[in-house]
Order: sequence, then C-alpha cells, then structure tokens
Amino acid sequence: MRFHSLLRSPGPRSGAGLIRDLAKLARLRIKSGLTVVGLAVLASSPAHAATGEGLAVNPWVALAYLVAGVFFILALRGLSSPETSRKGNRYGMVGMAIAVITTLVTHQIANIIEIGVAILIGGMIGVTIARRIAMTAMPELVAGFHSLVGLAAVLVGWAAYLSPAAFGLLDADGGINSVSKIEMALGIAIGAITFSGSVIAFAKLSGRMRGAPILLPARHVINLGTLATILVLTALFAMAAPGATMPLIVGLTVLAFVIGFLLIIPIGGADMPVVVSMLNSYSGWAAAAMGFTLGNTAMIITGALVGASGAILSYIMCRAMNRQFLAVIAGGFGADAGGAGGGEAREQRPYKQGSADDAAFMLKQAEKVIVIPGYGMAVAQAQHALREMTDLLEEQGVEVKFAIHPVAGRMPGHMNVLLAEASVDYDKVFELEDINSEFAQCDVAFIIGANDVVNPAAKSDKSSPIYGMPVFDVDKARQVFFIKRSMGGVGYAGVDNDVFYMDQTMMLLADAKKMVEEINKALDG
Amino acid sequence: MDFISILSIFVMACFVGYYVVWSVTPALHTPLMAVTNAISSVIIVGALIAAAEAGEGLAKWVGLGAVVLASINIFGGFAVTERMLAMYKKKEKK
Repeated sequence: MRFHSLLRSPGPRSGAGLIRDLAKLARLRIKSGLTVVGLAVLASSPAHAATGEGLAVNPWVALAYLVAGVFFILALRGLSSPETSRKGNRYGMVGMAIAVITTLVTHQIANIIEIGVAILIGGMIGVTIARRIAMTAMPELVAGFHSLVGLAAVLVGWAAYLSPAAFGLLDADGGINSVSKIEMALGIAIGAITFSGSVIAFAKLSGRMRGAPILLPARHVINLGTLATILVLTALFAMAAPGATMPLIVGLTVLAFVIGFLLIIPIGGADMPVVVSMLNSYSGWAAAAMGFTLGNTAMIITGALVGASGAILSYIMCRAMNRQFLAVIAGGFGADAGGAGGGEAREQRPYKQGSADDAAFMLKQAEKVIVIPGYGMAVAQAQHALREMTDLLEEQGVEVKFAIHPVAGRMPGHMNVLLAEASVDYDKVFELEDINSEFAQCDVAFIIGANDVVNPAAKSDKSSPIYGMPVFDVDKARQVFFIKRSMGGVGYAGVDNDVFYMDQTMMLLADAKKMVEEINKALDG
Repeated sequence: MDFISILSIFVMACFVGYYVVWSVTPALHTPLMAVTNAISSVIIVGALIAAAEAGEGLAKWVGLGAVVLASINIFGGFAVTERMLAMYKKKEKK
C-alpha cells in the first residue's frame, strides 16, 4: 500500500500537522504489521463481519471516526460568531481529512489510482464552482450541492447492496442481514428524495423552471400513497430472501426519486427558504442512515448534526412566516396570486411617486436611516450600489442600519451574505427582533426589493394569507422610501401592501440598482 | 458495534446538533447551510470503501461515482463557505 500518496489526498494546509501525525500513527501501526493484517481479515471475512454493523472493530479506527465527528461539531460551533467562523470551517476540513484518510489507511485498496483520480475530478469541479459562483446564486448552488449528497447516498447504498462483503454486512447464510437492509433501504430512499427534490428546487431557484406551484389533482393522495408504498417495499426488502431482493430495491429507488419530484413541484417560490432548509435536513438524515449501515460514527454524528441543522432552519423559516411546516410542505402557496389580491381595487388607490433627487435630498436631512433589503435587491444585484449609498450618507453624518427579516431572499441568511459581499460591516446589520423597536425613532425606512416583510396586513388583516407573520413596523418611521420596479407586481404572497399608499411613503419606481445609483449621484453632487 | 451503541451515539448527536445549531448567529445561516452540505459528504467514507474493496464490477464503479459526487461537495462546500466567511468584516478603524 502506498501511504505516501495518501498524504497528498485532500487536506487543508492548516490541518497539515494533524494529518501528518495521523499518517505517522498509521505508518507505525503498519510497521507493527499485525493490526493491518487483522483489519484486512476482518474486512473480508464474512465470519467476523457477521456482527452485522460494519468494520469499526479496531478501537483506534472507531476513535479516529469519533474525532472526525467531534471536529464537525466544532465546525458548526464556530459559526456562532463571524470571528470564530473561519476557524470553524478549518475544523470541518480537518474532520473530513481525518475521516477520508482513516478510511483509506484501514482498507485494502486495490485501486488507489482510480480513487485518487475520482477525488481529483470531483475536487476540481467543486473548487471551480465554488470560485466562480456569484453570491446572488447561492440558494441554487446550495440546492445543487444537496442533490449531489442525495445521489451519493443512493450510490453508496447501492454499492453496499451490490457488494455487501466489502462492508461486512453478510450474515451467516450469505445474505445481507435484515437490520442492515432496512438501514440501506432508508438511506437510498432518503437520498433519492433529496436528489430529485433538490434538482427541482435548483431548477426553480435558478429560473430554469417557473417558481409558481404546479398542482396535480389529488396530489396528497398520490404522495401519501407513494410514501406508503416505499415503506412497504422497505419492509418486503428487509424480509426477502437473498435472491428476490433486486426488484424490490429497484422499485424502491425509482419510487423515491419520483416522490422527491412530486413533493417539491407544488411548492411556490416564496416557500423556497423552507424547502432548501428541509432538503438540507434530508441530506443529513440520508448520511446518518448510511452511517448506521456502515456502523460509522463520523457519518452518524454528521448526519445527526446536519439533520438537526436543517430541521431548525426550516422551523425558523416557518416561524418567520407564521406558517405550519406541514402547510408549507403541502404546497400551493401563492398559486392564486391574481384572484385573492383584489386587483381592481388596488390600482385605484393614490400613491406618491418620487425621484432619486427627492430621495437623496431627504436622506441627507435624515439622522437615522434603516435599510430593509429583500429578494429584489438580490435580483437587481444592488448590494454594491447600496453600500456606496451607505458610505455617502455616513460621510454626511447620517446613521445607517440594515434590518434583515429571517425570510428575506430565497434562503436563510441570504441577505447577510450579499451585504457582506458588498463589505457592509456586519455590526450594522440587525435581525428583525433586534431592530424593530427602532423604527419609531428613525427618519427614513428605506425598503429595497422587500415587500411582504413590511406589510402591515400581517398585523391587522385576519383574512390576509400572511396574517400573523412578524413584520417590520415601517409605518412608524417618519418617512418611507419604497424601491419597486412598478406598481403592478405584488409580493410573493400575492397581497396588496398598505405601505404603498401611506402619507409618508414615497414610491421610487425603477430597477433597484439603477435607482440607488441615481441616488448616489445626487448625494455626491 | 451493536445497534444500541450506534443508536445512542445518534440520539446524543441529535441533541448536540440541536443546541449547537441554535447558537449559530442568523447572519451566518447561509454559510451554515454550505458547511453542513460539505460535512454531510462524509458519506464519501462509504463510497471509498465501495471503490476500494468491492473488487471489480459494478459496485466498484458505483462507488467511484459516489466518490466523485461527494468530492465535488466536499471541496466545493468548504471552498464556498471559506469564500463567504472571508467577506464578513467588522468595521475597521480608519
């Protein structure tokens, strides 16, 4: 075995010391010889593997995977503040390197070159995508990455099914033991749902597919029926004789791909933050299920972390929209945008329209300005112009703060990343509950590309679809500027917004980026 | 390891995940998703075992395919997280 080549396999430079230590440890054990031989025997002999739960028999190997798991916990822990976050990310890389290297040194590798090439190809594609992707495209990138985890889980599940001996899953009669089969089937099913669901989410987020919900008749019956069939197939698969398993697992895989597709197509664009979080959660559960199959603690810990993370994010998103998780998953929100909005009454109401010069003049006079960005800012790529505006205003002694609603944009934290990209200091950026009381003391609320998150109907109108959703109290601000492309469109929820027609509101109807650039010109001049 | 030990680890990890994730600042929720994406590709462990030990035949190629997919995610996920986190800056004293 060529362990030197392992040193060159994926490892961040910062973690090189640790990796070297680990490799040394591995080499030491190879010198002693016995351990590795013992492991190889364990790995290939069905008699020993009949314990059923994989290979992690050597305590050192199990320990290494556990350490990898702990590094992943530290990676997430680092994200509790921007200062520690980069260190956290490095921990994540170290954890991954430990997991990969441990796997490689403890298995007989017949085809290290092919594996190296596979990692190299994947790594190059991954790094290229990561370097080139625009920050505004982050939601679809994350959805795309989720689909890859899902597909990888399906493939690993299938590999384990096709070659159970390699994973030590054989029982005494030469079949795969039932518990492993259930875990395997669940891993494949969750992975397949994650894959096809994420592909749809990716298509919707990147505009390759219309964001509007696609509603099949009797979709709840179809979906529940399909899910039930998958569970039945899992049970049959677990109980089937070794020769009869193939059609069951094929059927299960196909149905899981189909249900992932069916589950996501009825969900509209506004609910995408929930969907992306939910798929994030699924990708974790898929990894955990495979971890159970392989008896691998690193996979189980990571799967549980990621699963919990996605679930919590989904919950936060639902809470921020005052919607039930199940109602979001059932889909259909925003489908009746035209009908429910009461179109004819809306167009009649008077509103004030202003120009960039008016806005610039009043912004200069202000003492305190709160900017509320929304998805429209991302679409128009207005974050850099907005930052320039902030700088110009601060030069004039105006205090500028940013207010971010949890569901602004298409994924959790979307606006924060865009503002960070434009080098807005993060200590000027505030969450809904931290800043909402300040609107009463602010001179200008500057709404750019947001709509539903400032709609007072959420507080007052019980019939409104967004009733109960926590919103910014912009009506308390002395002056409201509302940048919007035209008066025609309404928010994703398809409801009219009283803020447009308030006395203190000035509508700035233009592309968000152009409007802010014009304001900047006026401020500068 | 027997099923119950593994289940114990899983349940404990769920609780750890619950508390750790609640402590993540909302401003970093996008990097959180990117990094969880990267670490969930630890599934590469299974792919490597398949590619390494399955011998010749279909299982090996399926495993190699999974190695490629998981590597895209690992490298892409960590790199994009790193890129995002590098952008979060505090006010510099001028």
